[in-house]
Amino acid sequence: MIRKFLLLSFTLGSSLLFIFQLTTLQLFNSDYTERSLNNAVQKRPIYPTRGLIYDRNGTLWVANKPVYDLMVVPENLNAFDTLELSKSLKITKETLLTQIQEAKRFSRKLPSVVMRQLSLAEVGILQEKMWKYTGFYFQKKSTRDYLLPIGANVLGYTSETNQNEIKTKSDYDLGEMIGRQGIEKTYEEVLRGTKGEQLFQKDRFNRIIGAYEGGAYDKASEAAEDLTLSLDAVLQAYGESLMNNKRGGIVALEPESGEVLALITAPNYNPNLLVGRDRSKFFNKLVQDTLAKPLFDRSLQAEYSPGSPFKTLNALIGLQENVITSETIFACNEGHFYARGAFMGCHCRVGTKSDLKKGIYNSCNTYFAKTFMRIIESKPTPEEGVNLWKTHLEKFGLGNYLGYDLPIGKRGFIPDSEYYNRWYPKGSWGATNVVSNAIGQGEILTTPIQMANFTATIANRGYYRKPHFKKTNSLQERDSLYPINQTSIDTQHFETVIEGMHQVVEKGTARIARIKGIEVCGKTGTVENFIRLNGEKTQLTDHSIFVAFAPKDEPKIAVAVFIENGYWGARWAAPIASLMIEKYLNGEVKRGWLENRMLEGSLQSEYEKPLLGKAFTINE
Amino acid sequence: MNNPFLLRIDWLSFFLYLILVSFGISNIYSTGFTEESLSLFEWTTPAGKQFWIFIFSLVLFPFVIFINSNFFEHLAYVFYGLSILSLVGLFLFGQKISGATSWYLIGGFSLQPSEFAKITTALFLTARLSSIQMDFKKRQELFKLFLVIGVPLLLVLLQPDAGSALVFIALFFVLFREGLDMRIFYLALALVIVFILTLLFQPLNFSIALAVLFLLVFRFLKKSNSKVKKTPFLLVFVTLVFFSLSVNFIFNNVFEQRHRDRFNVVLGLETDTRGIGYNINQSKIAIGSGGFSGKGFLNGTQTKGGFVPAQHTDYIFTTIGEEWGFIGSSGLIILFTVLILRILYRAEKHTQPFPRIFSYCFASMLFIHFFVNIGMTLGLVPTVGIPLPFISYGGTNLLAFSLMLFVYLNLDANRLS
Repeated sequence: MIRKFLLLSFTLGSSLLFIFQLTTLQLFNSDYTERSLNNAVQKRPIYPTRGLIYDRNGTLWVANKPVYDLMVVPENLNAFDTLELSKSLKITKETLLTQIQEAKRFSRKLPSVVMRQLSLAEVGILQEKMWKYTGFYFQKKSTRDYLLPIGANVLGYTSETNQNEIKTKSDYDLGEMIGRQGIEKTYEEVLRGTKGEQLFQKDRFNRIIGAYEGGAYDKASEAAEDLTLSLDAVLQAYGESLMNNKRGGIVALEPESGEVLALITAPNYNPNLLVGRDRSKFFNKLVQDTLAKPLFDRSLQAEYSPGSPFKTLNALIGLQENVITSETIFACNEGHFYARGAFMGCHCRVGTKSDLKKGIYNSCNTYFAKTFMRIIESKPTPEEGVNLWKTHLEKFGLGNYLGYDLPIGKRGFIPDSEYYNRWYPKGSWGATNVVSNAIGQGEILTTPIQMANFTATIANRGYYRKPHFKKTNSLQERDSLYPINQTSIDTQHFETVIEGMHQVVEKGTARIARIKGIEVCGKTGTVENFIRLNGEKTQLTDHSIFVAFAPKDEPKIAVAVFIENGYWGARWAAPIASLMIEKYLNGEVKRGWLENRMLEGSLQSEYEKPLLGKAFTINE
Repeated sequence: MNNPFLLRIDWLSFFLYLILVSFGISNIYSTGFTEESLSLFEWTTPAGKQFWIFIFSLVLFPFVIFINSNFFEHLAYVFYGLSILSLVGLFLFGQKISGATSWYLIGGFSLQPSEFAKITTALFLTARLSSIQMDFKKRQELFKLFLVIGVPLLLVLLQPDAGSALVFIALFFVLFREGLDMRIFYLALALVIVFILTLLFQPLNFSIALAVLFLLVFRFLKKSNSKVKKTPFLLVFVTLVFFSLSVNFIFNNVFEQRHRDRFNVVLGLETDTRGIGYNINQSKIAIGSGGFSGKGFLNGTQTKGGFVPAQHTDYIFTTIGEEWGFIGSSGLIILFTVLILRILYRAEKHTQPFPRIFSYCFASMLFIHFFVNIGMTLGLVPTVGIPLPFISYGGTNLLAFSLMLFVYLNLDANRLS
């Protein structure tokens, strides 16, 4: 009996099962209708054009320009002259055919990109022939257009998102523009705007036949905000030209507000190189230049010994801790013995007696070594002394990230007792072991922007606001975003140091930085430096450093200039800083001879020395 | 229609056949429909090809229907032999299309010999089963039967074509009908259940549950009848647990990932809608979006969007579900059910074994295609490449099933001779 009904019951059973499943799928589940709608309605994002970027004076710096992607819908292709099209596109026929093949593999009905980011000029040539190429069309997009080819290190760059990124960034589409570095990255949310969405109805052939429901569900895009930078484009451009054929950085700040007026790293590159189809080609070139490192922002990322400008900070700490007064006099005999058998040289002649001001404008090593030892020894143990010293320095924004609004930076380094305890078994070190820090050599490291920042702090007589690159809209916004950071040095102590710095320019080590009509205060620096060449520690020509601010009263600009292997402070850094100040305050430079010397001067031969594989002399 | 022979023909089945094939061609046309669609009768389109095969089958109809029935019975072994040869020949001259060497390419036609092997195996099996010396108690005879099914089954598995292999397995329905030990059926059923439960709940959980169940049943039986012995229970239990463990081993170590995925998707253990689950998911969307009355002939957006793969062949049911809705798709299921039940009904009425057994073979083959194909598009059965007879695009399949139907009609109409 059961034998007869076996297949019969299987058949009936499965029919019932199927109809039950059909009932749930088709009658009691609107979910599937909706999901079918997703297939039948095409969503197209609308990208607002990226926000424009202006300099502090309202000069348009970064705009957008249209580029065109050549698209293909394989289904609509007819036979065409592949050779002619590939020639017009300046690609090989094989490349073109592979692209079309890949498009077919992706989808016959949906558009694929054949060639990315063609310029308007390139499209113009093709446009009149497009009737021959059915199935191809241009899709307009927008990329960055750098009207001023400067400031690449500050602005950063944009590029299309890739397959990996969209996995983690859910609100980005594949190929959408995203800020990668600098301002473009920090202010991505502002510059990007809010993208909209357009819905299109597709017909049963999967072709778009118009807006879905008359556009009722479309979302308009919200325009991006424009951005005004604190940078002065004229000063930035001038600084970049002064750095021709040199390596190093310039940072110019407005002391009162903390606004960055110019941030120059050298060598740099034209930001327009990183736009368009050849982006990756140029980017790879920049990455591969491991000698000059154009992508390395020396003004933010390079940690150098600060050299003599650092003496001003030791002077201030000495004054605050009462270990010296502005009248304290130290004697120097071409240097001094700071411990038995340990001599620190100085360029002061034998028998020189300096007070604090003279110590600064003559940059007397002895004066500050003695001051520094007194600071360290003012406490019962050198550990406490060093830590006290460090606490003061941290208030100047040293030894840590400054917290400015660019995505890169370095901490620099200020040693503490723990650090020295690691190097010397506990208790076996004293002021004499760490005395190099007195003259800005030793263990301390600072970045050029940190140097500019402590210079601005001196100019402000004891406080700073975090350096920043976006101009704030109001004073209230400035005060809330960038409140005053007060140092631990009393205001009255600054005047002596500032007077010393003024004398540096008037009669000291940097008389070349004098500007008629402007009271400039500055401090030169000459920093010994070493590299490892074929496994041997090799000394290179000294770095040339200058920090300055002007005018002496109510300062408008503070500058730090760092020229790698520029020999001594007054040789390159001081003139460049002085020219920057003159350009910014006077709007024009009268000292044409100095300007020319700086514009045309090159240090390339200096940079090639260690690469040639021959013995070389330094500081010549 | 005065000819009594013509009156005896099962016109209902033939009529169902005409409806099914016409419906099939319409839907194939719809899947390939574009704005500049060619005429239905164009040989270059799938729908056109299917149409002409249909016409060719109809031309064959009178020839097959008027052949003397004995012809099939006497030449069954010749046809079978030729089929086996053609299957073997594939390994030498066959054409590999999407991974399986299942086709001969002859002068622009592609032929799938396994489709013909289905009908010849059915014929030969029928011949053997209906012979006088057939006795299910004789091991030797049984072995021969298994061989008849096993040889083509093995050959299509080697192509590899799991779908066709299933069709040969379906012939066991016939064996059970004709007297194969039903315990084999129960065992097979139990093993299938164990297989599914093992995949769902892991062997350990399954074994524990099984032990508890057996203990309870044993206790219960012991109470009512104290003669019940432990040993058979223990034996069955150990066998099932062993099977469960081996299923687990085979599934994880012998199966390829794509096979595992197919099971996992159906059992709901995986819900990846982009990768492995994509076909099933798109298929369900298309069918589900049809709603009650469908989007209308040629109006399916899923069908045109090319979201469902192999839509004019194995996934043709999605087009039907989308464009014809619940009415159309459940209607098709009912048509198929009626056809199968009709064949079974007629089969049981036969007094002679040969027409009965062949009808049974035909019904079981139709059933397995129907069950696996529609079950797959509805996400109830793991993905296996198997067409929906009379509906799916595929010349050889249509021709072979038409012939099988005609042979059935012939045998059925000649029941009195």
